[in-house]
Parts: sequence; structure tokens; C-alpha cells
Amino acid sequence: MNQKDDLLPNESNFVGGESFHPGKNCTVYNEIVTESKCLNSVESLSNISGSIYKSDRSIFSSGEPVLSNNGSISNRGNLLYNTRPVLNNSGNILNISRPILNSNKPLVNIKEILLNSGEPLLNNHKPTNSDILILNNSGNVLNSGPILKRSDATDALSQQFQNVNLSGRISSFEHKTEYSTNSIPPRISQVNSTTNRLLDMKSPNYTNFNFYNNVVDQPNMSVTKAGFNKIWGMDSVDLLQCRNVLPFEKVSPPRIKLHQDLLDRVNCSSEIFRCTLTKIPDSNSLLQKSRLPLGILIHPFKDLNSISTIQSNTIVRCRLCRTYINPFVYFVDSKRWKCNLCYKVNELPEEFLFDPATKSYGDPSRRPEIRTSTIEFIAPSEYMLRPPQPAVYLFIFDVSRLAVESGYLSIVCNIISEEMSRLPGDSRTQIGFLAVNSAIHFFSMQDNVSQPHQLIMLDVDDIFLPCPENLIVNLKEREELLKDLLSQLPNMFKDNNDTNCALGAALQAALKLMSPTGGRITVFQLCLPNIGPGALQAREDPNTRSGKDIPYLNPATDFYKRLALDCSGQQIAVDLFLMNCQYSDLATLSGICKFSGGSIHYLPLFQASKIHHIEILEKILRRYLTRRIGFEAVMRIRCTRGLTIHTYHGNFFVRSTDLLSLPNINPDAGFGMQVSIEENLSDMQNVAFQVALLYTSSTGERRIRVHTLCLPISSNLSDILYSADQQCIIGLLAKMAVDKSVQSSLSDARDALINAAVDVLSSYKLLQSYPGSGLVAPQNLKLLPVYIIALLKCRAFRFGVNTRLDDRVYIMCQLKSLPLTQLIQLIYPDLYPVHIYVTKIITEIDGQLNPHPERLHLSAEKLDSRGAFLLDAGDQMFLYIGKNIHPSFYYNIFGIDTFTAIPEEMYELPELATPESQRLRTFIASLQEKKPYFATLQIIRDDSCFRTQFTERLIEDRFENALSYYEFLQHIKSQIK
Amino acid sequence: MAFSLPAFSYVVALIVDAILIFFAIFHVIAFDELKTEFKNPIDHCNSLNPLVLPEYGIHIFINLLFLITGEWMSLILNVPLIAYHINRYRNRPVMARTGLYDPTSIMNLHDLNTCQREGWVKLAFYLLSFFYYLYGMISSLIH
Repeated sequence: MNQKDDLLPNESNFVGGESFHPGKNCTVYNEIVTESKCLNSVESLSNISGSIYKSDRSIFSSGEPVLSNNGSISNRGNLLYNTRPVLNNSGNILNISRPILNSNKPLVNIKEILLNSGEPLLNNHKPTNSDILILNNSGNVLNSGPILKRSDATDALSQQFQNVNLSGRISSFEHKTEYSTNSIPPRISQVNSTTNRLLDMKSPNYTNFNFYNNVVDQPNMSVTKAGFNKIWGMDSVDLLQCRNVLPFEKVSPPRIKLHQDLLDRVNCSSEIFRCTLTKIPDSNSLLQKSRLPLGILIHPFKDLNSISTIQSNTIVRCRLCRTYINPFVYFVDSKRWKCNLCYKVNELPEEFLFDPATKSYGDPSRRPEIRTSTIEFIAPSEYMLRPPQPAVYLFIFDVSRLAVESGYLSIVCNIISEEMSRLPGDSRTQIGFLAVNSAIHFFSMQDNVSQPHQLIMLDVDDIFLPCPENLIVNLKEREELLKDLLSQLPNMFKDNNDTNCALGAALQAALKLMSPTGGRITVFQLCLPNIGPGALQAREDPNTRSGKDIPYLNPATDFYKRLALDCSGQQIAVDLFLMNCQYSDLATLSGICKFSGGSIHYLPLFQASKIHHIEILEKILRRYLTRRIGFEAVMRIRCTRGLTIHTYHGNFFVRSTDLLSLPNINPDAGFGMQVSIEENLSDMQNVAFQVALLYTSSTGERRIRVHTLCLPISSNLSDILYSADQQCIIGLLAKMAVDKSVQSSLSDARDALINAAVDVLSSYKLLQSYPGSGLVAPQNLKLLPVYIIALLKCRAFRFGVNTRLDDRVYIMCQLKSLPLTQLIQLIYPDLYPVHIYVTKIITEIDGQLNPHPERLHLSAEKLDSRGAFLLDAGDQMFLYIGKNIHPSFYYNIFGIDTFTAIPEEMYELPELATPESQRLRTFIASLQEKKPYFATLQIIRDDSCFRTQFTERLIEDRFENALSYYEFLQHIKSQIK
Repeated sequence: MAFSLPAFSYVVALIVDAILIFFAIFHVIAFDELKTEFKNPIDHCNSLNPLVLPEYGIHIFINLLFLITGEWMSLILNVPLIAYHINRYRNRPVMARTGLYDPTSIMNLHDLNTCQREGWVKLAFYLLSFFYYLYGMISSLIH
């Protein structure tokens, strides 16, 4: 901490709005403060500063609020502020009750005590009502008891704490607190403040809860400058001082600002197309200077509510580079257009001038192609190499002993049987089944028989098809027979004692079976394939699971990769459901999905005796079977001349420099591409990326989905740093780190991740005219270090914690292929304090719950033993119930009288009629709705043995021997030269 | 002027080197075709992979001849390339068949450029060594 910056408030001077140094502990100015207002606020500040020393009690607020707040300053005797040395709310509130000199304590100690005392801290809070001043909902003071003294280890840090509830709307950076005298006793209280609202002092809260607020400012930046920087989106955050960097709701991507307003509105949605930089550097040297990775992330087949579809005979494309016409092209005149990727001037065909919507003629800019950057064409016959294929599905069941014992087969067969009619497809849809143990079991379903006929092939080394047809049959024609087979299958292998599994041979058979049409193979695998072609050995040594160097991230054999390439050539994708109870070498098996455009679903240790396992499998499988699917797809990525795409991430096979072969495309697949700048771009204004996905829909139509993203070019380094998209950067870095850990080693990948954070922050430091002593990050990159440490602690990259190799590899596969929003949630789960939330009145506006509970940092510091917290980690959710929670909470939510009566293993919320229960369930349902796959909910009691499942996700704390967030920041700071 | 063992080794080296030059040219052309999308990566790797070991083999063979005949200078010139070949083959991607090139990673622009540059450098090296062997042959014939 820079002590010089900590000017005492009464020393602060103010000349013409320029040289006022608020000091870290003092006021925070986030808003644009006009000069006169500043002067006013300084007056009030100097009033206040006088009182600091005298009474230790005062209130500060910034900018506007102060103006109207002179009246309430007279109340300051009543209002006590936290002794928390440094940290303040993001905007307005300033908490000082000690002389400021004291607050220059090194921050390190404070933080460490807090973080390392995670548990004690939780339990420190007295649950008794009498300690705490309670406010009713209207915010009036009911009782102003004495200020609490804490009697624990952290006493020195926070003696008194008081929150001020500022009325008004909540802005996105602030936190809201409400105490209510509802059935639930006081819980965490927070500071609710608004930046632009008037301060309203009638609702102070008193608690002894530790709460850090934000300092979003730079110590030595003048008020006006800070204000203007904020308008321009160029403000910065000192990460070492600002604890609450997480925004109130979700992190929104930076807006792309093209030079024309019109184009801004038509640009591709950030949910589909993201670029790590929303302004592209004009030369490679500038990109190197910014030290940011350049790349795009795309979710091309996302389920969209509405998409404009066009059917026309001629699809207008550039003659030279084959770019589809898009909103960012330039019309030279009404007959010609200039391609925005290669700059060739093309002729417009006559029919393009006709607008089908308004039936008018003459203006090409009214065409849907020009009005939206996400569009779907129904392709004419020249886009087909062969007639569109029917939907063909083949299921391979593992029926080895382990698999039969787990009992998955009857569940899966039931679900398939139920969902069979909802499988995407038309009247031509075909379906087939294979079962595999040490032999391969084919099921022939002839036209005129009443029973499916089983054919067993014992020789797995040389695969041939036992009969030419009826192994894959038409779904509509043989539905009865298929259902019959599915009901018989589980019984057929009930007494099977065969421990072997010849998956490789089964896949070869499946390839032979499907190669005339192409389609989708779904493999249900529970054990290691150990005989026949592609046999694998158990390589993992459980003793090295927590070691420094993780071997065997690479495949053991290229059998599955070569098979995947053969499948890809025949337009077959392989999806894997791995439900293993032992090591199954996912590193090798995943090759079959990775290169054939498939997907991987992983349900480790599956047991049909556990109800929640069945539930997950059922939800996942139902979604999997009924989701949209595109067959025989290719995806081509084009970009403006001067840019080159050099590395691709995701599940596909790269067929040429810009063409990805995707036998199947599903709505849950995301892709990443790294981009390099080959030529100088300074003579252009914009660059564009265009992704065109050509696929056959399940109804046999050939369609092209085109997404175009246009980005401005900048020659200014600070512009580029301030335009970076932190989530997208993390998405790309995660993919690059996976590649690195496979190609070299896990520790190299971890180092690369840390270096990425160091690089960005040091290039920002170089940019600043007066670098302070803190760790300053631009506002738009302030979450980068949190996300980096979250990545380092996620299962894919963590060290020192016992992690099964398959789990690790699975997360790596997910990082490579998940769309961005799910990827971020996987590495940095959302934590919500639901005990506050359930007492509020929730309204639903446009499908959005209002109010949305605030998100908390993933740190034990934010927990409260009197609270209940919901952690949403993408595919799993945890409801953590604190030990000292008010009995009414579990009575209202679970219908249970005592805390210990909450079962150890609980995976469902009882449906009670209480408003609390309803609210919580509504909230969880609203979270589930946004996910492609259903997430399981596990209720974890504070003293449960599953507690680590929750606490290991609190990634900002020190866990085992991994650094805490604050230590990590210190490390970064020491690395920045 | 006598037809000695060194002269013989240089004659063989000249012939082998001519073959190596053809290999290198083929390599460069193949990668160029791949880059300009004339060929798909699977075919490309299938055509190049069987040639990798023969190329390395005949290169080592002429160096064995130099070793036997005591042509130290020629041997020293070739040792770095042999070392490079061995190292390259040791670090190849996991493959059941012989060869170096993996169709799933070859389209990575970085790998593609490295391979292309490797082709050009080898071509230059083989061409220069062709003239050196010619000189070596003549000088050993003269002495």
C-alpha cells in the first residue's frame, strides 16, 4: 500500500477539480463530478474530515450523494462506520472510524487472517437477535443497541461495523442489504448503495459482520479525470485494495462500438460470437505490446428462438473469397457491392433488389441478409454432394459384467424407448442397436418376424457384418419391434459374467454399419475396453494423482483417433457416455469423439441404486436424445484479409486451412480459434469474421447458418486494453492451456496461465502515466486474475489435490468444447446467499426473476454460519446450510424441526407450500432453465461429510497448498516489473 | 588417379543425395498442395508418412559409408542432420504406423509452417551437399 497516497482527509486540498487526492481510505469517486459539484463535495468533505478525529464517526459519500446529504451528516453521531482499513463500497460509502493512520496496516495480514480462518469466521457470528440491530422492511431503525464488540481472533480487524442502507435503485456494482424481521433472523448484511441516488440515511444497519466494500478508484487520479475515464470506459481498479470486483449480476461482455450506429445494432450476438478484443490492433506489433491473446469463440448451432431463414435460388456470395453477403458490406451502387473480407467488387443479382418482406424493389439494404448478421439459408442443390442423408442413430451398449452390475441398461433402454418418437428426424429415420462384451451382439429386426433376432460375433479381431440389412431399421416401420427389443435387452444380459469389453471392435462394426449413410453413434461405456482392437491397459497409478507431474494426459494409442477420422470421412459422429466405476482411460477414448465432432458425457461411479444418479442420467439423456442435430456438417471460418486463423479448438477434424469437418453438429458445441495478424491493417476501419455452417437438418434439408461479426480497428494501445473481453480471454486461455498441458506438461500450462495474467497487467502498468504501487487493472479486465486462479484450481489444472485422471481429462475436454457461458460457470461457479433471498418478494418480469440475488465471491469470508448459500457450478448445484441458521429456515424449506434432521445425502427440495420454499424453488428452476442440461442439486449441511465438495469450490481461499486469491495477486505483483 | 573406396562412397552419396533431393522437393510440393487445399490432410499424411523412414535410412546409410571410408569432414557435416532426424522421430505424435505426420494436428498453421520450412531447409542442405560430394568425389579420384 502506498502510504503517501493515504492523505488524511483534512489534508486533502482541492484546486479547480484537478488535484484532489481522495486517498484510498477516504472517498471514492466513481461518477462524473462536475466542477461545481466537486467543490460542494469538498466543502462537505472538509466538514466531515474534521469530525473524523473528534468522534471517529462520520460518513462519507462521493459526488452527488454528498451534495444532498449535508443534512444527514448532522446525524453522524448516530452512525458508526467500520474500522475496516481499506475497503469501501464501490462507490459511495466510506467507512472510517479509526484515525486513518491506523488503517495503513499492511493489508496482507488482514487478508490472511480472514482467509485462513475461513471456518472460525463462519462460526463467529452470534445468531442471537439481541446482538443485532434489526430493521424492518421499510428500513426504519427499530432498536439502536450498542455497537457490537467481537471477541474472536479477527477482533482487531473489525470492531464496529455498520452498514448504511442507501435507498434507491441498485446499480450493477453495488451490493444490497436488507434486514427484515421476518421469520428468519438476521443474516449477512450488506451495503446497499447507489451511485447516482441521493443518500438516504434513515436506514442504518448494525451488524458485526465482516464486509469489504469496493474501492473503485485510483488513488492519485483526479476526480474529473476519473469521472471522464468512467464515461469512456477507461477506469481502473486497484485489485489489491478492491476486494469486491465481482459485479452484482452477471458479467456482461464489452459492447462493440463500430463507427456507425446502424451497424452496432446488427452485429452478431455476444452469445454466439465473441472476440477476445472488441477492438482489433492494427498491426501485429501492437498486439504483441498489449500482450493479450487474440482469438474468437463461437457457439454456432446455439438454440435460437428466432432466426431469419431465407430460401432463394441464388445465395449472394463474393466471387473471389466466397463470403456470404452480410450487413457490413459496402454498396458501391445499387448494382454492385464490395466484399468486406477481400474487398472485391461484385455484381448484385437482379433478384437481390427485390425485398420479399415488403415486396418492394430497388433497395438492396432492406434484404434480410443485410439487416441481420445471423441468418440461415435453405441451400439449393449445388450445396449437396449427395442427397441429404436421413437421420440415423446407432446405440452401442456396454454389457460387460461391471456394466450390468451398475444397472444402467434398463434405465437407458427405458428412456430411449420413451423418447424414440421424439428423436429428431423424418419418416426416413433409422435406428439400430449393438451390445458388446467380449463378443459383439447384433440385433436383426426383419420385416415379418415377431421377435428381434440376436446375432453374436465371437471373433472380434476381424469384423464383418453378419447380415447386410435389418441391423439398422426404419424407426416408424419397426417401432413395435424396437420397443420389444429395448424391453428385452436388460434381461438378456442379466446373468452375464463376462468381464471383457471389445469396444474397439464394436466401433469398427458400427462404422461398417453406418458408412453408407452416416449418422450418430452413441456409446454407453462403463469399463475399460480390454480386448480386441483398441484394447487399453489401466495406466493410472492412484499414488501419483496428487503429484506435481501428471502423466498419461496423452492417448495410449492412436487407434481411436484413426477410427474417428474414418468415421468423420463417412459423416459419422461418435458420442460417448462414460459412466465408469474404474479408470477407463478417457484420454485415449475421448479421441473417438474429439475428431468426429461428437460430445462426451461423464457420469463417474454410476450406480442405478442411487436415485440421484438415475435422475441425472435421465435428464441428460432425455435432453441428449431430443436436442436438435445437424448431420454431415462443415464449418468454414473466413476473416478479413490480413488476419489468419492459426489454431482451432473444439471437437472436429480440420480438413483444410479454414474448413472444419463436423459429421454432426449439436447445440451444445462451442469452438475457439486463435487469430494472428499477418499484415498491417491500418488502412481499414473494420475487420470481420464470418462463420458459415453448412448442415443437413434432421428433416433432410440442407441449410447454411451464417454468423458475421464485425469489429473496429484501433491503433491505440490503451483502446485495445480497455476493449478486451475478460471472459472470452479466459475461454481462449483455457483452451490454449489444455493444448499446452497435453503437448508439454501440466506445470507448463499452469505457468503459461499465470504469465498471461502477469503479461496483461504489466502491459497495462506500462501504459499508465503514473503507476501507483498497487496492482492496477482496467475495469474491463478486473476479473482476469480471479478467473485465472479459478482455472488453476479447477480439476483440469490443479496440483496437489487428489484428482482422478479421468476427471481431469474430462474437464479438459469440456474446456475445449463448452460454449463460453457454461465454461465460465464451470471454472467460477455462482454463489448466492439464498437465506436473504427467500424472504423477499419475487416477481417475474419477462422471464427474469426480480430481484435477482446478488453474487458473492467464492470465499469463506462471504459465508455466514447463519446463512444458506446456493452454489451453481454448471452441472452441479449445492445448497449449503450454515450451522447456526435460524430454525425457521429449515422448517420452511425442508419441513424439518432440527438442524441435525437434515439428511446427510439430500438431492431434492421438498415441495412445501411455504412462500420461502416456493421462492427458493422458483429461483433454482430459473437457474435450471438457462442450462442446456439439468444440474443436480445437493443439500450440504455444515457438518456433513460432503462439506469439502462445497468448500473446495471456494477457490479464492487457500485450499490444501494452493494459493489464495490475495496471495496470487501478491505473486502477480511481484512478477510485474 | 585411382578408383578408391572414398571415391566409391562419394559416388554412392551422389546418387543417394539426388534421391534425397527428390524427396525434399516432393515434401515441399505436398505441403504446398495441402496449404492451398488441393489435398486433404488424411491423404497427405498417408502419402508422406511411408517416405519418412526411407529418407532417414538412406541418409544414415551414406553416412555409414563415410564412416567406413574415413571421410570425417563429410560425416561431421551430416551429423547435425542425423541428430535432428532422430530427435524428430522420437517426439512424433502417438501413432501405430510409421511416419511423422498426424492428420489431426498437421493443419495447425504453426505445424504447417514448420514443416514447410523444414522442407525448404532440407532441400537447400541436400543441394549444397550434392556439390560438396561432387567435389569430394573428384578430389578423391585425383589423389
